Amino acid sequence: MISFIGRSVIQKIVTLFFVSVVSFLIIHLAPGEPSQVDPMNPKFTPEMVERFRQQFHLDKPLYGQYLLFYKDLFTGKTVSWKDNQSVLKKIWDRFLNSLPLFVVGTLLTWTLSFPVGIRAAIRRGSLFDQGSTFVAYFLISIPGFFFAYLLIILVVMHFQVPVIGMQTFGMGDSSPVHMIMDRIWHLLLPSILGATGGIAVLSRYVRSQMLEVGGQDYIRTARAKGLPPDEVNYHHALRNALLPFVTMFGLILPGLIGGSVIIESIFSWPGMGRMAYEAILARDYPVILTVNFISAVLVLIGTFISDLLYMVVDPRIRL
Amino acid sequence: MQTRHQVQPAPENSLERPLAPRRSLWQQFWTIFKQNRMAVIGMVFFLLFFAAAVVGLLLTSGNKPVLNPSLIRLQEKLRPPLSKPNLESLQPDEVPAFGVYLLGTDELGRDVFARMLQGAWVSLTVGFVAVGISVVIGIFLGGIAGYFGQNHVRLDHVIVAGMLLAGAVLLAIKPIWGSVLFCLGGILTLWLFFGRSRTGQGHQSVPGMGLLNFKTLTIDTLIMRLVDIMLCFPTFFLILTVVALLPASIYNIMIVIGLTSWMGTTRFVRAEFLALREQDFVAAVRALGVGNLRIIFRHMMPNAVAPVLVSATLGIASAILTEAGLSFLGFGVPPPNATWGNILSDGQNFIFDAPWLTFIPGITILVVVLAFNLFGEGLRDALNPRLRER
Repeated sequence: MISFIGRSVIQKIVTLFFVSVVSFLIIHLAPGEPSQVDPMNPKFTPEMVERFRQQFHLDKPLYGQYLLFYKDLFTGKTVSWKDNQSVLKKIWDRFLNSLPLFVVGTLLTWTLSFPVGIRAAIRRGSLFDQGSTFVAYFLISIPGFFFAYLLIILVVMHFQVPVIGMQTFGMGDSSPVHMIMDRIWHLLLPSILGATGGIAVLSRYVRSQMLEVGGQDYIRTARAKGLPPDEVNYHHALRNALLPFVTMFGLILPGLIGGSVIIESIFSWPGMGRMAYEAILARDYPVILTVNFISAVLVLIGTFISDLLYMVVDPRIRL
Repeated sequence: MQTRHQVQPAPENSLERPLAPRRSLWQQFWTIFKQNRMAVIGMVFFLLFFAAAVVGLLLTSGNKPVLNPSLIRLQEKLRPPLSKPNLESLQPDEVPAFGVYLLGTDELGRDVFARMLQGAWVSLTVGFVAVGISVVIGIFLGGIAGYFGQNHVRLDHVIVAGMLLAGAVLLAIKPIWGSVLFCLGGILTLWLFFGRSRTGQGHQSVPGMGLLNFKTLTIDTLIMRLVDIMLCFPTFFLILTVVALLPASIYNIMIVIGLTSWMGTTRFVRAEFLALREQDFVAAVRALGVGNLRIIFRHMMPNAVAPVLVSATLGIASAILTEAGLSFLGFGVPPPNATWGNILSDGQNFIFDAPWLTFIPGITILVVVLAFNLFGEGLRDALNPRLRER
């Protein structure tokens, strides 16, 4: 156990190092330079460009820039090129905005997909099974932004509630109940949209796991000795079918930072994905690299946690 | 082999003839596949999409296309579907084919039907080229990892590869003399290390050179760590970054989508190869003295190709969706080319005045992607050997 943890931590640090190198190279080998972003601006004199280059170490060779960037990142001194704010603070603010979306979306995903998947597996071939299969494919296949427009039109036309942004502008002196309802309405659509893909994929996976377990010998034995179907389904089958999903708790971690660029753009939601999108547009390299780095760290931590959980839950696995 | 047996005259003894009607693999596949109604419907739409894309390319390209997707008629903007053109205000060559705007016109008076047809070809090529790139990389790396994975990368390999790589990198940046130096050095060491001792035991003959046989990593570890590294990147964000930094072009989008989606295929192919290379038929072929390449491509690949085919079908669907998402954010295929993604994202500004500009491309993308997904899942079931004999 200890040796497994040690080995995988070392392996993940090496992976992280290569990820940092690759992302740095991708950004810096692209044509163009951030100092040339705004050549038409009369205030952007050659002296300004020179000062800019010096201030952000752009005159150093590539490996020097790399070392300086990650030194700054680990000491928390990285600043955005656009507005000179600390990148970590910027990310943290946006992260707090994205967090409600993520939490509600994850809750929706995990609470909806299990009942749907289990029911579809128990009544295999029924109308419900076929219907849920088709709906799942439908949700996987629909372009997110098109679906978003459909939902927005539906909700705005029929329920007369505002949905764009995090809250309605100019609600300063209304009652608390009104405020809270307003926030919930604004939260609802983006989180449903963020959850659709997850619900579709996860419910299909639950269904196939239940079917897989349902074909095992011990299920046949349990049925043969006359246990009631509910007991077999929920006590014998479900418990074993749940095994792989325990490990998926680790894998939802990367979703924390990615956010959805498209959904946050449509709803003008000031979250992480939108910040990353704006950073790409402005060629704000420190923000892009930091977001990339943090998300790589989260992916690695997520896989690590899921490996550990697998070992804890499944006694057959000894890594 | 199979056919040669059948050409021989049938033996007298009827017992030696096959007793059951022999069904080819395709017939077996088809009997299972056609039971899945949704998959068959998916396949029909899949073929229709192909036909539409090819017809669209023929009708909308050339000097005098039948349907001109970029002809601007400002006096005819935002006409609803199936509306007749106003013949008095149009030049004779501006009148749309069939004398009707089948799917309406957009905010510049361009014929949406022509633009959708042009977009079909663009979506098709984006999907197929991107998936083609990812499948080629995936099969290559996965095959190497699965078949040669147990071999070690020796120190001399590292030196040669390092020299050649440094030469290539220097060539890409600037200094010509440095790159030539490194390339020459690489070729020289390549010849020194491997040219002379093809049959020998490596570098044992020269004292001190034994160090060069030092084993570093297995090839399998190397490739699988590369996969891990690629999986760490948030895919859509990475694609967005690269596409935004590079000059806008349809080829960049295809290449970038392809280069960021090969990891799944690599894992599939590696797993299949690891299982296959322990099978008896591979051992038998190897005992016959067949070369590695022939074993891989003639004997193992046909057995490993089914999951690749399935994941390629699903991959085309997701590449089309990714392209639409990029177009929506303004980083898609640049303007003269119409794609479904940018028709949709242009149309969203007129969603109440001209809903067809949003709904026609949206529903088309939905139907095509759905067809690809259903077809892919049907393929997965039909190619699954566990279901074949039932």
